[in-house]
Amino acid sequence: MSGGHSTYSPKTGIERWFDARMPLPRLMHDSFVSYPVPRNLNYAYAFGGILALMLASQILTGIVLAMHYVSDTGLAFQSVEKIMRDVNSGWLLRYLHSNGASMFFIAVYIHIFRGLYYGSYKAPRELLWILGCIIYLLMMATGFMGYVLPWGQMSFWGATVITGFFTAIPLVGDWIQQLLLGGFAVDNPTLNRFFALHYLLPFMIAGVVILHIWALHVVGQTNPTGIEVKSKTDTLAFTPYATVKDGLAMVVFLIMFAWFVFYIPNYLGHADNYIVADPLKTPAHIVPEWYFLPFYAILRAVTFNIGPIDSKLGGVLAMFGAIVMLFLVPWLDTSKVRSAVYRPWYRIFFWIFAANAIFLGWLGSKPAEGWYIPAMQISTLIYFAFFIVVMPLLGLIEKPRRLPNSITEAVLAKSKGGAGHPEGATAAPADKG
Amino acid sequence: MSATDTHDPTRRDFLYVATGMAGAVGAAAVAWPFIDQMRPDASTLALASVEVDVSQVSPGMSLTVKWRGRPVFIRNRTPEEIEAAKSVPLAELKDPVARNANLPSDAPATDSDRAAGEGKENWLVMVGVCTHLGCVPLGQAGDFGGWFCPCHGSHYDTAGRIRKGPAPENLAVPNFAFISDTRVRIG
Repeated sequence: MSGGHSTYSPKTGIERWFDARMPLPRLMHDSFVSYPVPRNLNYAYAFGGILALMLASQILTGIVLAMHYVSDTGLAFQSVEKIMRDVNSGWLLRYLHSNGASMFFIAVYIHIFRGLYYGSYKAPRELLWILGCIIYLLMMATGFMGYVLPWGQMSFWGATVITGFFTAIPLVGDWIQQLLLGGFAVDNPTLNRFFALHYLLPFMIAGVVILHIWALHVVGQTNPTGIEVKSKTDTLAFTPYATVKDGLAMVVFLIMFAWFVFYIPNYLGHADNYIVADPLKTPAHIVPEWYFLPFYAILRAVTFNIGPIDSKLGGVLAMFGAIVMLFLVPWLDTSKVRSAVYRPWYRIFFWIFAANAIFLGWLGSKPAEGWYIPAMQISTLIYFAFFIVVMPLLGLIEKPRRLPNSITEAVLAKSKGGAGHPEGATAAPADKG
Repeated sequence: MSATDTHDPTRRDFLYVATGMAGAVGAAAVAWPFIDQMRPDASTLALASVEVDVSQVSPGMSLTVKWRGRPVFIRNRTPEEIEAAKSVPLAELKDPVARNANLPSDAPATDSDRAAGEGKENWLVMVGVCTHLGCVPLGQAGDFGGWFCPCHGSHYDTAGRIRKGPAPENLAVPNFAFISDTRVRIG
């Protein structure tokens, strides 16, 4: 799919002029018009496009919010309220931005789980997967710092707890924490640097997204069968086929987004964050944003010392280890078959893992007491066992189902020849470009 | 140049290495201010110590002051509270170390090592940050009549020592000194 010749032919004089000097239109045409995509992509594959849309939306709403926001502890909370009440359409822009962050994470989690299900991380797509993991890390940093900016109670105490993780590091922990905070507690210097970084990181995300797409276009997309593209009949042109399919998915996704923005804009937030930050008074129950909850549960699952590692450091290591697992997935999975469609056992374990991840998230929203603690510990164990035990072992002992010879064969078998032929007929002219 | 397999380092090799080293040192020297600027600045450090007038705090009263952005509890304890704290055998404590920045790090968590020392045993000065996840505990509450953290249910006694709940350590005693009978300098 990679080394294919460009099918771009400039038609107007201006296009020819550009093509000879800086072939950007050719790059766009080859990447988003004539680019061949597997013909059997389902809607799970639409979330890459949705994520690009959400990144653009967050940057757009974020830039205009920054025109009204003041990153000073004395003014930050009031400036956000001013955006809500005084700034024209400010309430809409802020709700788009705050709910947009949640939508971004919903999309990225579906995107990641799609990758795990269809084995999108397997050779030769390891680097593509790792670039995605880096984007996810940057998203988490951006989301966390953005939540601090309104300077409500949850902003302050969330920042206190999360920067407190670094004090668990032996010897240099306190120094690192002071470096992050610019003081001895979360205060004005912290708010200012978080604002600067919150503005910067989305552009770094955009940079890594370009690398992610570049890597994708070198190795080509996977597809639900997990079989590589073998012939032209396996693919369709990106435009109009993928463009329209992604477009429809985006519209449906935006309807859900709009439902949150217009009907339940504060559903995913915390009421405590509408109380101005008070360093002398802690809210009764500190909870991070929903998209960090599974990791918050893992953090609190470690209530015991492990040898020389005390429970606080152990919890922090387990939490970061949970993310490190994602980076290692391409080498933990030993199976020769890519897609869970042809892996009966992996499919079962995948859904157990998915249900467990949601359960971990629910536990993360609960206080660390009573039966929640052993539940967090068991759930954390299942999380790690999936990566460290199930993935390597299953590849060795599982007997996969027979793979079809090609994507085309799989598509035709599914549609029993009925719908397959007309689609194949329409594909032919498109491939000629 | 230098196409032979084995050759003595030439003048040019030396220059390459020397240039590279100078570049690396220069890059590090330029990078340092960018890291250094993130550390607590002069105005933050200027607030690193505060002086508090405690003449109005009679036994049974507490004062909360902000130090380094965090609350510090200054409590003038009643004789009953001191007695209650003294009567606890050290073996019963979850954290047997005083956590007192004015004492050696292995000092035992006796009541006198937690309080302000000889003749000032009624005074207790502690950073009001729960050693679990950083919440601010409530005063004169909990099972031991000391402090109680509402976040995750840690109970501290009248000497600020952790007795029950998830917190790992006693409430920290910061560096402080009575500079007169009624003034305390914290930090």
